[in-house]
Amino acid sequence: MSRHVVCPAAELPPGTRKVVVIDGREIGLFNVEGRLHALLNRCPHGGAAICSGVVTGLSQSSGPGDYRLERRGEFLRCPWHGWEFDMATGQSWCDPRRTRVRSFEVRRETGGDLVMGPYVAERYHVTVEDTYIVVDL
Amino acid sequence: MNAPFIEQKARQTLAVVDCDIHPAHRTPGELLPYLEPRWREHYQTHGVHVRQALPSALMYPRMMAAGMRADSLPENGGPAGSDLDLLRKQHLDPVNVEFGLLMALSKGGMEERNPGLAAALSRATNDWQIDRWVREEPRLRAGIVVPQEFPEAAVAEIERCAGDRRYVQIMLSSRPSDPLGHRRYWPIYEAAERAGLPIGLHPVGYNGGHPSTGSGWPTFYLQEHYVFVACMEALAASLIIEGVFERFPKLKVVLVEGGFGWAPALAWRMDKHFEKFRNEVAHLKRRPSEYLREHIWWTTQPIEEPAQSRHIVEIIDWIGWDRLFYSSDYPHWDYDNPSFAFKFPMTEEQRRKIFRDNAMALYRLA
Ligand code: FES
Repeated sequence: MSRHVVCPAAELPPGTRKVVVIDGREIGLFNVEGRLHALLNRCPHGGAAICSGVVTGLSQSSGPGDYRLERRGEFLRCPWHGWEFDMATGQSWCDPRRTRVRSFEVRRETGGDLVMGPYVAERYHVTVEDTYIVVDL
Repeated sequence: MNAPFIEQKARQTLAVVDCDIHPAHRTPGELLPYLEPRWREHYQTHGVHVRQALPSALMYPRMMAAGMRADSLPENGGPAGSDLDLLRKQHLDPVNVEFGLLMALSKGGMEERNPGLAAALSRATNDWQIDRWVREEPRLRAGIVVPQEFPEAAVAEIERCAGDRRYVQIMLSSRPSDPLGHRRYWPIYEAAERAGLPIGLHPVGYNGGHPSTGSGWPTFYLQEHYVFVACMEALAASLIIEGVFERFPKLKVVLVEGGFGWAPALAWRMDKHFEKFRNEVAHLKRRPSEYLREHIWWTTQPIEEPAQSRHIVEIIDWIGWDRLFYSSDYPHWDYDNPSFAFKFPMTEEQRRKIFRDNAMALYRLA
């Protein structure tokens, strides 16, 4: 597993997203109401750049005439055919058994914890007091 | 964010012919310069008057982004499908399209009720396709839009365009006023045969004034979506049983976006009853299935996906591996990417036929 410092946490405030390239892979980072998600930017169904999709919930029903929107903000809907994926696990809601988007560990760490050597600080031109977003591949 | 994937490009090395790409107008007035002044005036004053039963009943959005891939809106404005560079970047380049066939649906003359305006819009749409798309992008080819409810004008438009090899087919809406086997449409088939061009049938957004199913209007879009199949089936039966292929033996018809999984069932059913009804349709010299297999071709998108992939293979075995063309439906939301959409095993030869060679031959692409 390799750890990648992506950006200062302030660059990804709640309600925003960012697609970054890490180790040649496009990865979408989402901040949904403070929860961080990192997903491979490729839909396992038909190959779309999934991270441009809409963040949504699930509509559920116990029968005709009853409709509820549940788990708001927890799903990403693919921009092509609209399959919904649970952002926390990458699991597809349309075909949960076989299809999932690759998801990655993502968290915030303080600059102080990240400065192992001079490189990190130098490469990202950052101040070490801040909090950074870190992805594990 | 919309950048195509490099890995994807590498996976899909085979060149493909895409038989269903939808170009859109950047601005609502984009056709104006292509209309004669008399019709420009008319269009600006009165607008279009299409054959539609319920106002806005079939308007988008169907699913998302007004029926489009949500990532296909050009950054510099305009609707999905209106930006040639984005079409290149999202589709033509990454999936390696050798030829792409345009299906110009918006504001053509296919659904217009006013005969003069229908003819003028068809003509404008055809000139616009060449001017804005084919001239700019040599991989693209146009389809001749015709005022199909006014066959005399349709014939004139076919004759105007037919010598130009940048037009590779004649487009008809699969929502006509009458089933397409009806005699009133025969002059169009005669002109198509004379021009040596296939007919491409594609669903349009509206319904020609009819409820979209034979038993009224559906409640949900999911119901609406299957209706493409039902209307194609009715048109295929009409063309066959009313004798179009008997009268025009060189006519070729491509059913675009109507599926093909239903083809054997239709053929079996028609054949079964043909024996009993043959004196009603004495103009038919052969069994209905023979006309179907000889005169009809099919596109893939949206391809049927049975849980057991061999089931679809059996259907293709029945209709013939040389009668199916890849289509993407770009930029619509149910776009099919050739690297992902075909979840059944194919030999190299079969793959080449479906993705390229069949369409190269039928449309005489070069
Ligand atoms: S490509 Fe994502 S749902 Fe089909």
